[in-house]
Amino acid sequence: MTDHIETDVVIIGAGPVGLFAVFELGLLDIKCHLIDILPKVGGQCAELYPEKPIYDIPGFPMVTGQGLVDNLMAQIEPFHPTFHLNEMVESLESIGTPEAPLFRVKTSENGTTFTCKAVIIAAGGGSFQPKKPPIDNIEAYEGTGVYYAVRKMEMFRNKKVLIVGGGDSALDWTVNLQPIAKRLTLLHRRDAFRAAPHTVEKMRSLVASGDMDLHLGQVTSLKGEAPVLEGAVIRKDDGSEFTIDCDVMLPFFGLTMKLGPIADWGLNLHENVIPVDTEKFETNVPGIFAIGDINTYPGKLKLILSGFHEGALAAQKVHRYVYPEKRLLFQYTTSSTSLQKKLGVAA
Amino acid sequence: MGVIHVTDRAGQRHTLEAIEGWRVMEIIRDWGLPIEGLCGGACECATCHVFVSEEWLDKLYPPTEEEEDQLDTVMTRPNSRLSCQILWTPELDGLEVTLAPTGA
Ligand SMILES: Cc1cc2nc3c(=O)[nH]c(=O)nc-3n(C[C@H](O)[C@H](O)[C@H](O)COP(=O)(O)OP(=O)(O)OC[C@H]3O[C@@H](n4cnc5c(N)ncnc54)[C@H](O)[C@@H]3O)c2cc1C
Ligand code: FES
Repeated sequence: MTDHIETDVVIIGAGPVGLFAVFELGLLDIKCHLIDILPKVGGQCAELYPEKPIYDIPGFPMVTGQGLVDNLMAQIEPFHPTFHLNEMVESLESIGTPEAPLFRVKTSENGTTFTCKAVIIAAGGGSFQPKKPPIDNIEAYEGTGVYYAVRKMEMFRNKKVLIVGGGDSALDWTVNLQPIAKRLTLLHRRDAFRAAPHTVEKMRSLVASGDMDLHLGQVTSLKGEAPVLEGAVIRKDDGSEFTIDCDVMLPFFGLTMKLGPIADWGLNLHENVIPVDTEKFETNVPGIFAIGDINTYPGKLKLILSGFHEGALAAQKVHRYVYPEKRLLFQYTTSSTSLQKKLGVAA
Repeated sequence: MGVIHVTDRAGQRHTLEAIEGWRVMEIIRDWGLPIEGLCGGACECATCHVFVSEEWLDKLYPPTEEEEDQLDTVMTRPNSRLSCQILWTPELDGLEVTLAPTGA
């Protein structure tokens, strides 16, 4: 089943900059949908440093990464944007003309398609993807013996499972998969875990009762005729090596940012960022804009502040594509009752 | 002024001029060697992972708990460090590091 959605603008990336673009578009009566591969909004702020304080957001002497995201969500609430989370934008295709752009956007996970008059790429440092450990030939086992996420637990029933890592995902899946796996082994580089204390306790008691194994060390290579995994060679800190028999290995090393499919959309790219003009932050394709960390221009600073500014200017040009017949009046939110009505605050 | 020696992923050794108060990650990045430093030194990405030569290990401040937590997200060796957590001082003149492999 493929959903099809028609809207004014699709925003790729729900980081701080994509979120604020909703506000700038909303003031101009432009509707939008946001798509992000992560299960939550907020981009780097929410994923990498939710609890770290940010000091250079105008008007906030201090705000945490997650605090900023929460405030942005409250600020754009009046415009009711629709979010499509856990979805990766795979393709972006131009089906209009330079004067009247029209685009088709497709996502991977459940194959939603969108038709829209403009696209704003707010993809930051790229899409968040699992960190792959640097093990030779690991790709040859991906999807058969190596998985970076658990989609269906049943896939691991009666398998010899090796989980690698010491964070929440590693520990959560250890206690969840242990009852259905034939044998479960957790491997971590040291005897300290960055996970919820009760999960760590549960794991330790499973080890104590002999229901699973815990080893300290690092995987150096994989065994078995690819794509069939048979074991992993482990090196301990003292340099000695041993092998763990396993049918599947689940490395949980957290997330990293990769440019992803954006490279295939026919846009000019310069060292993994998209060159834009500084008047409207449009790319080489009319109707496709790039704002925030993903763009570049002379003097670019990768700051949240800059991304907000870029969103405001992009929205002006988007208005021309969405309402070609309407003139755009410049207004302040402090004094314009029509803007205040849109925000739901006018008397 | 002093130098650090950095062996890249192809095995080539580079001698880089170091500046007091800079992090080793910043020195490596500023000289254009391929170190990502995605988080800019906030100890949030581990893309600045290096192996420090044995003889230098003890001369560094030991890793903080925060650095150990980040090191958990990559494949380490006993001499693994995050180069953004090493502040260069003249005592580190001649420091030897090797860039760690990145994931596929
Ligand atoms: C540790 C740290 C501290 C920082 N401190 C500050 C600071 O103090 N002040 C400051 O101004 N900046 C700071 N920054 C930088 C700031 O976080 C970035 O400038 C900001 O997050 C950029 O916002 P963005 O919305 O452009 O991109 P991001 O926050 O990177 O969000 C982009 C989103 O797009 C998604 N995405 C990308 N491609 C796709 C695709 N194809 N399909 C679906 N989704 C996709 C990603 O999953 C991501 O969620 C810091 C960064 C870090 C890592
Ligand atoms: S640069 Fe990110 S942890 Fe060092």
